[in-house]
Amino acid sequence: MAHTLDKYFVPEPSKYPIFGSIALLLFASGAVMWLNKIGGGRWVLLLGVATLVYMLFGWFGQVIRESQSGKYGKQVDRSFRWSMGWFIFSEVMFFAAFFGALFYARVLSVPWLASGANEALIWQGFTGAWPSDGPYLADPFTPMGAWGIPALNTLILLSSGATLTWAHYGLLKDNRSQLKIGLVLTILLGVTFLGFQIYEYVHAYQELNLQLDTGIYGSTFFMLTGFHGLHVTIGAIMLTVTLGRVLAGHFNPEHHFGFEATAWYWHFVDVVWLMLFVVVYWL
Amino acid sequence: MAAVTPDQLHDHHHGPTGLMRWITTTNHKDIGTMYLIFAFVMFLSGGVLALTIRAELFQPGLQIVQPEFFNQLTTMHGLVMIFGAIMPAFVGFANWQIPLMIGASDMAFARMNNWSFWLLPPAAILLIGSFFVPGGATAAGWTMYAPLSVQMGIGQDMAIFAVHIMGVSSIMGAINIVVTVLNMRAPGMKLMKMPLFCWAWLITAYLLIAVMPVLAGAVTMVLTDRHFGTSFFNAAGGGDPVMYQHIFWFFGHPEVYIMILPAFGIISHIIPTFARKPLFGYASMVYALAAIAILSFSVWAHHMFTTGMPAVGQLFFMYATMLIAVPTGVKVFNWTATMWRGSMSFEPPMLWAVGFILVFTIGGFTGLIVAVAPIDIQVQDTYYVVAHFHYVLVAGSLFALFGGAYYWLPKWTGHMPDERLGKIHFWCSMVFFNIAFFPMHFLGLAGMPRRIPDYALQFADFNMLATIGAFGFGLSQLIFIVVAVKCVRGGAKASARAWEGADGLEWTVPSPAPYHTFEEAPVVR
Repeated sequence: MAHTLDKYFVPEPSKYPIFGSIALLLFASGAVMWLNKIGGGRWVLLLGVATLVYMLFGWFGQVIRESQSGKYGKQVDRSFRWSMGWFIFSEVMFFAAFFGALFYARVLSVPWLASGANEALIWQGFTGAWPSDGPYLADPFTPMGAWGIPALNTLILLSSGATLTWAHYGLLKDNRSQLKIGLVLTILLGVTFLGFQIYEYVHAYQELNLQLDTGIYGSTFFMLTGFHGLHVTIGAIMLTVTLGRVLAGHFNPEHHFGFEATAWYWHFVDVVWLMLFVVVYWL
Repeated sequence: MAAVTPDQLHDHHHGPTGLMRWITTTNHKDIGTMYLIFAFVMFLSGGVLALTIRAELFQPGLQIVQPEFFNQLTTMHGLVMIFGAIMPAFVGFANWQIPLMIGASDMAFARMNNWSFWLLPPAAILLIGSFFVPGGATAAGWTMYAPLSVQMGIGQDMAIFAVHIMGVSSIMGAINIVVTVLNMRAPGMKLMKMPLFCWAWLITAYLLIAVMPVLAGAVTMVLTDRHFGTSFFNAAGGGDPVMYQHIFWFFGHPEVYIMILPAFGIISHIIPTFARKPLFGYASMVYALAAIAILSFSVWAHHMFTTGMPAVGQLFFMYATMLIAVPTGVKVFNWTATMWRGSMSFEPPMLWAVGFILVFTIGGFTGLIVAVAPIDIQVQDTYYVVAHFHYVLVAGSLFALFGGAYYWLPKWTGHMPDERLGKIHFWCSMVFFNIAFFPMHFLGLAGMPRRIPDYALQFADFNMLATIGAFGFGLSQLIFIVVAVKCVRGGAKASARAWEGADGLEWTVPSPAPYHTFEEAPVVR
């Protein structure tokens, strides 16, 4: 087995993890206070977010500096690849819980409420047709159609995947301007997607009477698209950081895992959207 | 404390000292030690909760606690023991042992490793702290079933966030272990030559990555149902409380194996060492671990036989569950076959391992019994189930943890643990464990429900016995503190190969293991 000469890089003691722990403790405590209307909760929560941002800046900054100073050999690179892959898998399982809830509601719980003794004795006249906000709320709403903004958003996100791959080819060919243009286009498409999503939410709340508390349809719609939107936001931030690193002259055709990790994440977000488009908006 | 070897790398300067050393450390041995101490503290805390429960149940009627508080006790006992004690203890073993066993210089992500540990104290603060907020801790049971969890007070929110934070910790820890095992093995250590503890943890880590996010999703839905008006678990809005149980147990059943597979790994090292024979059927042990893990994703609804399910579903989950007995049987058979005609000696680790096989197998058999849907419908939510899962979790996971601790303490401290005290610890635990939990089978079969602070007079005798056993078991664990402290401070010097029959890379480094080991990867043939 041909090993590289450099030893596996083990970082020195670091102050950042404990900041991350304090941040999450503040975040959680603040959120608990805020949700239960205890004064000051919002500020504790914000302090937690600020600490988390400080920690992320410091930690990732250190990782980037270590990478730039050539401390990461081939074996470390492999570690990063494995870990990013399994991290994305864990994200897939997180979304799976919410997709599971959607399928359960559509295939099992709503039809059950509209059949047999449930319908005859408790929820008379409830048809159980999807989309449904349940037998009791019965507040008329308009479901989100698939072929307006959502279809456009599908196109936007798919194009962003293409521009990102184009940027990646630029990086591999050491064509820096193709890399920069591709990244900028990808970020712009991502931000456009997010803008459309915000517009769609406002439209849903104000004109369709479709809200988070619109029964199981509103719950699954907003939780699935909301968590997806959150991930697009995180992906866009990652892309922006990557662009900053490209402008600073980082990455070369051989050594650019930071770019690839971002790309993997962006494609994952893309695939989740396709699933969403089919089972939340379309069918 | 641990000395620094002369051949340390230049970028490994010793760093901060005192408390800051432990807060900032990136050393897998430091982090492993912190995990183990944290887990033991949580084990004692969860034990105090358990003993309060047993004290209340010593006699019929209400003596010590109010019913509401009793429910908080059972809930928090479960959460603290599962997420605070058993899981972190196994991660502590993984941190100490995996790099030593595969010849790696450290874990793959040493800094993230630190964060995985230091996320646990905040989670513990949220969990334990929830006892002191208005309304007290959550009393919805460790499973946090909706709609009960949707109706609880502030304590439920704290438990939800604690679960989120512990989930983040577990996922990072699991990714770290997967990458370490796949990418950091010494040259020549092929996967099928790898020590079984590493195999067990590799498979466990996959389970963690697959199911912890699902738990996060489940408790997030509870959170939004509580505060943001969603209807996931509300039939009026088209949701279903039973859906919570499906999502929860999709996490919950693999979670059961997350808590036992590393135990299987530890036992697979202790038995060959003290039988002085190689493990019987290494390959079948690996395949059995994998089979258990894969099957664990298709058995979750056996926790829900009484909550309403088509007969086809009951049959599927019943047979799938019984299938798990096959690979588990393979393992028990192989351990027994390893001992067959071995040159056996019974130092404390071996006592715990043999005790494990005996008592865990009883738990496995009762598991087979409750897997049968018609029987389960009789014993669902009775003390029979309590007896069953304590036989696999206490006599399974915990006994293996103690066995592993006695086995590797020489490597960690450089001293042999006190053999006499270790044996007393084992025999007291073994006897009192059975006094505490065996009568629960009878209680359950006779119909005593779990999570109830009061009971009918007919259950009084067995409950009194169980309480005596529980207090004996709890007090026996204090012996371990004495053993551990004595072992850290002194005692008979341990050689590199502390046990005569021990085999593996970790026994090639001195005892105690130097602060940095395997900076030059050893070659395995």
